[in-house]
Amino acid sequence: VTESATHGAIDAVWRIESARLIAGLARIVGDVGVAEDLAQDALLIALERWPSTGVPDNPGAWLMATAKHRAIDVLRKRTLHQRKEGAISHEVELQLGRAQPDLDAAIDDDVGDDLLRLMFISCHPVLSTEARVALTLRLLGGLTTEEIARAFLVPVATVQQRIVRAKRTLAEARVPFEVPRGADRSARLAAVLEVVYLIFNEGYSATAGDDWVRPALCEDALRLGRILAELTPTEPEVHGLVGLMEIQASRLGARTTPAGEPILLLDQDRGKWNRLLIRRGLAALERAESLGGALGPYALQAAIAACHARARSGDDTDWPRIAALYDALTQVSPSPVVELNRAVAVAMAFGPAAGLELVDALRSEPALEKYHLLPSVRADLLVKLGRLNEARAEFERAAALTRNLRERDLLLQRAASCSTSP
Amino acid sequence: MRVMVIVKASKESEAGILPDAKILAEMGKFNEKLVQAGVMLAAEGLQGTAKGKRVRFDGTKKTVIDGPFTETKELIAGFWLWQVKSMDEAVEWLKRAPFDGGTEVEIRQVFEWEDFGPDVTPEMRAQEARNRELAAKNAKKA
Repeated sequence: VTESATHGAIDAVWRIESARLIAGLARIVGDVGVAEDLAQDALLIALERWPSTGVPDNPGAWLMATAKHRAIDVLRKRTLHQRKEGAISHEVELQLGRAQPDLDAAIDDDVGDDLLRLMFISCHPVLSTEARVALTLRLLGGLTTEEIARAFLVPVATVQQRIVRAKRTLAEARVPFEVPRGADRSARLAAVLEVVYLIFNEGYSATAGDDWVRPALCEDALRLGRILAELTPTEPEVHGLVGLMEIQASRLGARTTPAGEPILLLDQDRGKWNRLLIRRGLAALERAESLGGALGPYALQAAIAACHARARSGDDTDWPRIAALYDALTQVSPSPVVELNRAVAVAMAFGPAAGLELVDALRSEPALEKYHLLPSVRADLLVKLGRLNEARAEFERAAALTRNLRERDLLLQRAASCSTSP
Repeated sequence: MRVMVIVKASKESEAGILPDAKILAEMGKFNEKLVQAGVMLAAEGLQGTAKGKRVRFDGTKKTVIDGPFTETKELIAGFWLWQVKSMDEAVEWLKRAPFDGGTEVEIRQVFEWEDFGPDVTPEMRAQEARNRELAAKNAKKA
C-alpha cells in the first residue's frame, strides 16, 4: 500500500467518522471548538502512524479512543485548575466519570443525539448565516476548509476565519450542547433546515460565478438532509425538505445544456430526470404527509415539485393543483417570491392574462425591486400575450439584474428573439 | 458521485439458500448505518438465476435462454447504490460490511450526467479555470 493510498483512506475515514467523533467529544468536553481540535489532533496522529502501521480494522474506534484520551487530559487539567482554586466542580467530576469507561463500547453508543446536538449548535441563531453554513459543512459534512472555499468561490482564509470566529462566538455565548426542547425547538429546527436548503440552493442555482449548478453542493446538502431525516424521523418538515431536494436533484441532469446553459423546467427532456431520486422524493413526501397535520412550507414545496415529477409532459401538469398548493404556501410562509410563483402557476392553469394581473400587482413590491425573476416572468407572460416590445424590455431588465452569467446570456437571447419574431 | 456495489452470486445464493439469521442481522445493521449516514440510495437482492432469463440478440433473431446459468462467479446476487464523495469513501464503507470467506465484492463508479457529451469536458475544465480566477479576485477584494 502506497503512502498516497493510505492518505486517501484516511481522508475517507475522516469523511465517515468526523461528525460522530466531534459530536461525541463535544458531549464530553462541552465545547464544540475544543472537540474539533481534539478530533483534528487524533487525525494528525493517524496521518503520522497509519502510513507505516496500516489503517486499523476499526478506524473509527481508534480515532475515538485516541481523541478521548486527550479529552480526558483536558478535563483533568480543568479539574486540577479548579482544585487549585479550591472548588472541584461536581460537574467536571461527573464528566470525568462519564468519559473514562469502556472506550471501545463508546463507538457503538447511540450517538444519534450527539449528532443532532451538533447539527443544532452549528446552525445556532447566535451565528451569522455564512458561519452556520461553513460550520455545518465542516463539522457535519466532513468537508475540508479548502473544499468549502472552492464550493463558495471564496478564499480559504475567509472560510478559516468564519469557522474560527463561529467557534469563538459559540464558546463566548456559552451556547449549551443540547437539543432544544419545547417552543424553541421548532424555530431552531427551522434554522437547521434553512441552512441545509441554502447549501442545496447554492449548488442548484449558484448565485455567483459562471457555472449555473454545482452538483457536489447539492449532494452534500442531500446527504445532510438524509442524515437529519433519520435523526428526527417524526418531524414532517424534515421529510418535506428531503423530498423537495430529492425531486429537485432528480432534474440536475436535464436542466443544463452540454455547454452549461440553463434549460427551463418546461423545456427539459423529462427522460433525463432521475427516476430513482423522484421515487425517493415522493417517498419522503409521503412520510411527511403520513405524520399528519397541515403541510409546512417545505412539504408544500415538495408537493409542488411532485406535481411536476409525476407529469409526463409540461401539458400533462396539474397546474390548478400547483396553483392551489402555492395558495396554501402563501398562507404558511407569505413572501413576494412565493406570490410570483403562484402567479406563474395561475397563468399556466387559467391563462397568461390572469397570471399577468398577479405579477403586475407585485411590481410595486420593494423586496422584488432587484429580483431578476420578476421582469423575467413578466416578459414570459407578455410574449404569450403577443406584447413583444414590452417583453423585450423586460427580458433586458432581467438580464441586467441577474448575477449569474449563464442566466444573463439566456435572458439576452430571449430578448433578442422578441425582436426577430414576426 | 454514485457507485454501484455489486455482490457476486455463490453456490448458496444460486440454490436459493438465504444467509443465516446472524448474517442477516449484521447486514441489517450495516444497511442501517448506510441509511443514517445518508449514503444509501438503493439496495436490492436478486433471486437465483434459476428464475432468471437471458435474451440473446443476433441480427433480427432474439433467442430466449432460461436459467439457471452456470458461471457462478460472474453472476450477480445483489447490489447497492451509494452516494459517496470518493472511491476511497466507498472502499472504507465496504470494508465495514459483514462479508467473509473469500467473498469478493466489486465497486463500480456510476456515470453522472456531467460525464456525458463531447463538449462537456473541455467546457467544464474552462469553467473550473474561471472559477479559480474568480476566487483569486474575491481574495483580493477580501
